[in-house]
Amino acid sequence: MLIYILRRFLYAIPILLTVNVLTFILFFVVNSPDDMARLHLGQKHVTQESIEKWKASRGYDKPLLWNIDEDGLTKVKKTIFYDHTVKLFFFEFGQSDSGRDIGFDITQRMWPSLAIAVPVLLIGLMVTLTLALIISFFRATYIDTFGVVICVVMMSVSGLFYIIGGQYLAGKLLRLVPISGYEEGLISIKFVILPVIIGVLSGLGASTRWYRTIFLEEINKDYVRTARAKGLSDAMVMYSHVLRNALIPILTGVVVVLPSLFLGSLITEAFFGIPGLGSYTIEAIQSQDFAIVRSMVFLGSVLYILGLILTDISYTIADPRVRLD
Amino acid sequence: MDLIILKTDFLFLLVLAGVVGYVFIVLRDDNLSRTWKKVFQRPLAASAALIFTFYILIAALDSIHFKLTAQDRVGSGEILSVLDIVLWDVKVNVEKTYSAPLAYRSFSKESLQLENGKIVRDYPRLFYGGAHLIDPEKNHHSDLSRLIAMGLISGVALWLGAVGILVILLKSSGRGNVARVIIYGESIYPFRAILLTLALVFLLVGLFISLSPHYHILGTDKVGNDVLYQGIKSIRTGVLIGTLTTIVILPFALFLGICAGYFRGWVDDLVQFLYTTLSSIPGVLLIAASALMLEIYMAKHADTYSSLIIRADVRLLALCLILGVTAWTGLCRYLRAETLKLREMDFVNAAKAFGTPARTILARHVTPNVMHIVMIAIVLDFSGLVLAEAALTYIDIGVDQSTESWGNMINGARLELAREPVVWWSLLTAFLFMLVLVLAANIFADAVRDAFDPRIKDR
Repeated sequence: MLIYILRRFLYAIPILLTVNVLTFILFFVVNSPDDMARLHLGQKHVTQESIEKWKASRGYDKPLLWNIDEDGLTKVKKTIFYDHTVKLFFFEFGQSDSGRDIGFDITQRMWPSLAIAVPVLLIGLMVTLTLALIISFFRATYIDTFGVVICVVMMSVSGLFYIIGGQYLAGKLLRLVPISGYEEGLISIKFVILPVIIGVLSGLGASTRWYRTIFLEEINKDYVRTARAKGLSDAMVMYSHVLRNALIPILTGVVVVLPSLFLGSLITEAFFGIPGLGSYTIEAIQSQDFAIVRSMVFLGSVLYILGLILTDISYTIADPRVRLD
Repeated sequence: MDLIILKTDFLFLLVLAGVVGYVFIVLRDDNLSRTWKKVFQRPLAASAALIFTFYILIAALDSIHFKLTAQDRVGSGEILSVLDIVLWDVKVNVEKTYSAPLAYRSFSKESLQLENGKIVRDYPRLFYGGAHLIDPEKNHHSDLSRLIAMGLISGVALWLGAVGILVILLKSSGRGNVARVIIYGESIYPFRAILLTLALVFLLVGLFISLSPHYHILGTDKVGNDVLYQGIKSIRTGVLIGTLTTIVILPFALFLGICAGYFRGWVDDLVQFLYTTLSSIPGVLLIAASALMLEIYMAKHADTYSSLIIRADVRLLALCLILGVTAWTGLCRYLRAETLKLREMDFVNAAKAFGTPARTILARHVTPNVMHIVMIAIVLDFSGLVLAEAALTYIDIGVDQSTESWGNMINGARLELAREPVVWWSLLTAFLFMLVLVLAANIFADAVRDAFDPRIKDR
């Protein structure tokens, strides 16, 4: 098992390297460092001198991938690619194009993201599991049909509608919570509660329906029939047999997204003015700050791969029949 | 008028031609037509397919573009679609600013100069909405109810026409008692559901025909454009993103997935590496990066992309492309897994034993047997893509701002919720149009999945 995990981590290195090369090419093929300098200094009255200065201060004054003037390993080392990309592997994010320390910003801004993403996941999981359990308990009745219809309608509504509608209803009409914003400390509950509710609501339809299918698949298996044949009540069968077995695919599905919670939700954070990593990314996209976007792409890939590995591990824990080798 | 074919037009019409070709294949193939019959036997799915067809029709009308030349009376050099010409009055009847649905006067007060020179603050009359009313305060409501009644009656008339055609068709095909077939549903096809849906559509069309020459049915937006017109125009964007993205996904996923599953070895390793890498990049960031690049590229080649509509078109196409690049990995994974199973099957082994080349085995024996997965994936992805457009456009990495799209409508109207009283109609229109399309797509996708997935047994 340990060897397996180690191997998976080693596999991750070429993948991450490719991701980096890919983003690097994406950014620099079209957009040379000179263009970036011009963009950040403003288009007008930019002398070549100030461009050079900007490039030097950001480390963009070196060759892109290959430094001909140097010898040996430094050929690779004294390049923009090495400076801005290889260092990412050691989680040294360096400076953003506007001069801020990206690593510091990330550690600061991941907490608001987590403050929303974690409750959304936990509450959402509890609510959807309960609903799906109820719906599949009443399978093939009107409650089931009605529940599925509601789920399909709910998942057909745009997520933006939940956000805008929620903000309007709770923030403006009822004046229960502030429409957007964020503050540190305990008071943050006031700001977090609406995004959390909306986050849960907007995911409700799709996941309830998905869990219902899993439950129904489980209900039709032989061991359930056996359990009922020996006289267990329906509720007992649902709770202690179906739920426990259905949890395996559900939980492993949840584990995949666990690491990505750090990244937060782009749309939610932008709408509610939450200073998390999601809005950080959007701000970077809008101000065309490539250093930040690159760091976030890297971080996202790392967390995704971590999620995959965690899933494999959680399989072995949840289902003893699965062995990794 | 000169015919102009934009890139997305061409591709979309190509997709439609492909769909028509597929219908012919289905009609000639017993097995496929039996499966599709199962889809259309479901009342909900049949209704959804009907509504879906209407959306596609509108999108198709909106995908045939003309460039106005000097000989035309108006707007030389402007690029219009057939839909624009159909909705010409609604398009050009532009008010000054906001007006509520079916209103005859503006939404906010302005300083008006009366005939006797006095200046009062009042709601000004609209240029077009309710302009035919002489004493609007008195007969606004009666005029509205008259127009609505007329619209409903013409809708019913249209519907009766459709029912008549259906009856004649059923009679000529000799299906016994036509009345029983339709009213009591004594048929394998859900005629009642189809007719009900048709009634709904025709009533709405009737209302539109009778009301739109006199009023802005869903009000106007900030610069006075008709909101309903925007909603209808946005259909093309939504449908195009849903369909064009799938034709980007298909070749990648099908070719790579099948090759990886069949050949194993280094091909498998390479494909797996490719899709793990691509799916590990957060999709939104990849899209954002590409959108940024495209913007810079077009700014550098400004002369090639001079026309606003051509630039918007390229951006739409690029969005479909990049959405496809981020989305093919899921389907590829399924196809690879299915091919892994298929390659151990007896019929594949038999083909191998006969010395059939791998190319032929893949084309003849493997591909037809994974098509159900492809079909399910196409219809399931569609609704997600339509919803994604709105979200992406909101963070300004979606379609161009000049493109009519639901995302742009929502984006433009979002801030107006802070006004008092609230301007709600733009948002509501965009959400409703989107909801109907996505709901229809979801319901249809469910039926397709149930019919095509061999694991789901007949019930």
